[in-house]
Parts: sequence; C-alpha cells; structure tokens
Amino acid sequence: MAVIRKKGGKGVPPISTASLPDVIFMILFFFMTTTSMKETELRVAFTLPEATEIQKLEKKSLVSYIYVGQPAKQLQAQFGTAPRIQLNDTYRTPQDILDFIASERDKLNESDRNAMSVCIKADRYTRMGIITDVKQELRKANALRVTYAASKSLGYN
Amino acid sequence: MALDKRKIPEINAGSMADIAFLLLIFFLVATTMNTDTGIQRVLPPWVETADAPPIKERNLMQVKVNQYDQIQVQGKLVHLSQVKDLAKDFILNVGDSEELPEKVVTDIELVGSYPVSEGVISLQNDRGTSYDMYIKVQNELTRAFNEIRDNVARERFGASFEELDEAKRKAIQKAVPPKISEAEPKNIGGN
Repeated sequence: MAVIRKKGGKGVPPISTASLPDVIFMILFFFMTTTSMKETELRVAFTLPEATEIQKLEKKSLVSYIYVGQPAKQLQAQFGTAPRIQLNDTYRTPQDILDFIASERDKLNESDRNAMSVCIKADRYTRMGIITDVKQELRKANALRVTYAASKSLGYN
Repeated sequence: MALDKRKIPEINAGSMADIAFLLLIFFLVATTMNTDTGIQRVLPPWVETADAPPIKERNLMQVKVNQYDQIQVQGKLVHLSQVKDLAKDFILNVGDSEELPEKVVTDIELVGSYPVSEGVISLQNDRGTSYDMYIKVQNELTRAFNEIRDNVARERFGASFEELDEAKRKAIQKAVPPKISEAEPKNIGGN
C-alpha cells in the first residue's frame, strides 16, 4: 500500500470552495422571498381552532392582527391567566380597538383602505364573550372584513 | 506606463461565505414562513338602533349555540354533524316548500337564470360558548354554501368551483350568496 501511495504522490486535489458563497446566497434569497418579517412579539399563547373550509389570507400588508388568549407562560406570574387581547405589542382592552383600527388604517394607502381586513387569532379554548366584544368594537370601527384564523384539519376528529 | 503594469492585489473572497451565512441566519431567525389561513366573514355594519331589518319567518334559519356548546337549529337540538345538511336543505328548498325560503329567479351573467335563495342563516352565540365550537359551526355553515356552490358549478360549467376562472366564480357567488348573519349578541344562556 505504501508503495502505491508513494507512486500516486499528489493525493486528492482540494475541492474548490469558490462557489460556496453563491450557494449560500441562493439559499438566502430563497428565504428572503418566501418568508415575512415577524412584526410583533406574541404575548399571548394560543392554539388555533381547526377548520376545513379555510382560505388563505391574501395581501398580508392589508391585514391587521388581533390576538386573544391567555398570557404566555412566562408572563402568567405577572398577568394571571384570564384571557387578554393583544394589539401590537401590548395587552389592551376592547375599547382600544377603535384607536388601533384607526391607526392601522392610516398606515395604508387611500386606495387600499376599503380592502383592509382584520385577522382574529384566538385560542380555541377562549369563551365567545371576549370575542364578541372584539367583534362589536370592529363593527363600530367599521372594519368589517374579518378572518377567524384557523388551521387546516382533514375532517372530523 | 509603469503604473499600468502594477497589479492590484486580489481581494480574498474566502470570508464571503461566512458573511452570506451570517445574513442567512439573520433572516432565518427574524422571519416567519407560515401563511395564515382562516374563515373569512363580513360583519354587519354598526347601527345605533338594535332593530334588525324585518326578515320573513320562512327566510330565516336560526342557529344558536349555548354556553354548554349545544347547538339548536330552528328550535331543535341537533348535533354538529347535522348542521351542514340542515343548512343545505334550508337554502336549496328543493320541494319549494312554503316553510322554507323563497327563491327569486334572476338572470346572472354566464350562469343564466337561477333561482337565488332568499334565505339567511342567523348564527347566535352565548358569551360562554367556546370559540372552538363557534368556529366549528361557522365551518359547517361555510361547508354547506361551498357544497351548493360546487354543485351549481358542476351543473352549469361541468367543473368544480375551484377550477373555474375569476368571472365564473363571481357569477356563482352571485347565484349562491353566503348569507350568514352574525346576529346581535344576546345572552341566550342567561349568564
């Protein structure tokens, strides 16, 4: 064996890594185009209900999110376990929704304001009371297009 | 000239990969990939007076869900799995019954004349109803409308609703409008 190695002498030529940056850039661009920025930090924990007749949310820039659920685990010591409404980054009361919708609407172009929609992401175990309050406030704020966020289920469970 | 002959030293591109990796990891951490899905609804506009416009008894299907997540359709206690078929029977009114909603034959582009049902499904819930059950009922009602739509699409265009183009879809949506009204909240359970 040793004899053969001496004969070959050169060994395996090193693999060129010159194209490695290109490959990585390609992956990078893939992720940049397919993902979107996290806009808010979730302060409530929720598991979405499941449904079969769901539609995809079109045009994410026109969607505002309202989160409803128990405070996240690490915040429960401070805020308790009663369900809360999260707008942007903080807990709010239903009365704040009017202002929230107004400010969200201001961010949009004049032409897009009619197409604005609100996505309610609520925990499946919340009671409808708090959701009804949210809905009533949305009606007052004239934000009538609503999506109840739900994840895909395959049928009856 | 002497200046031209001087070579610019090559820049070492070895760390390029590291920089690209850094950017990649930043994007992996800072972005989310999941697309949001959900059931879409249009809420009724806010009116100061709580009086709803009068709807004929026969055109209204009342679906109520109480705080124990029990479902009542037209005064009868039903199981979730029955809701879809009840809603379909109500909207379609196959036998042109006097008890079930009226139908107005309208000319719709592409579809032709179609008896559009006047029926409205009113969904009422208690403050104690669970969100999960509410979504399940909403889902069943949506399913009823989607199935009717699919039937019409197959009947008129020979393809499922999903496969049709935008104009045909709009036409069918006119023929089968999803009239689900989310009624003014009431404490039907009394708490």
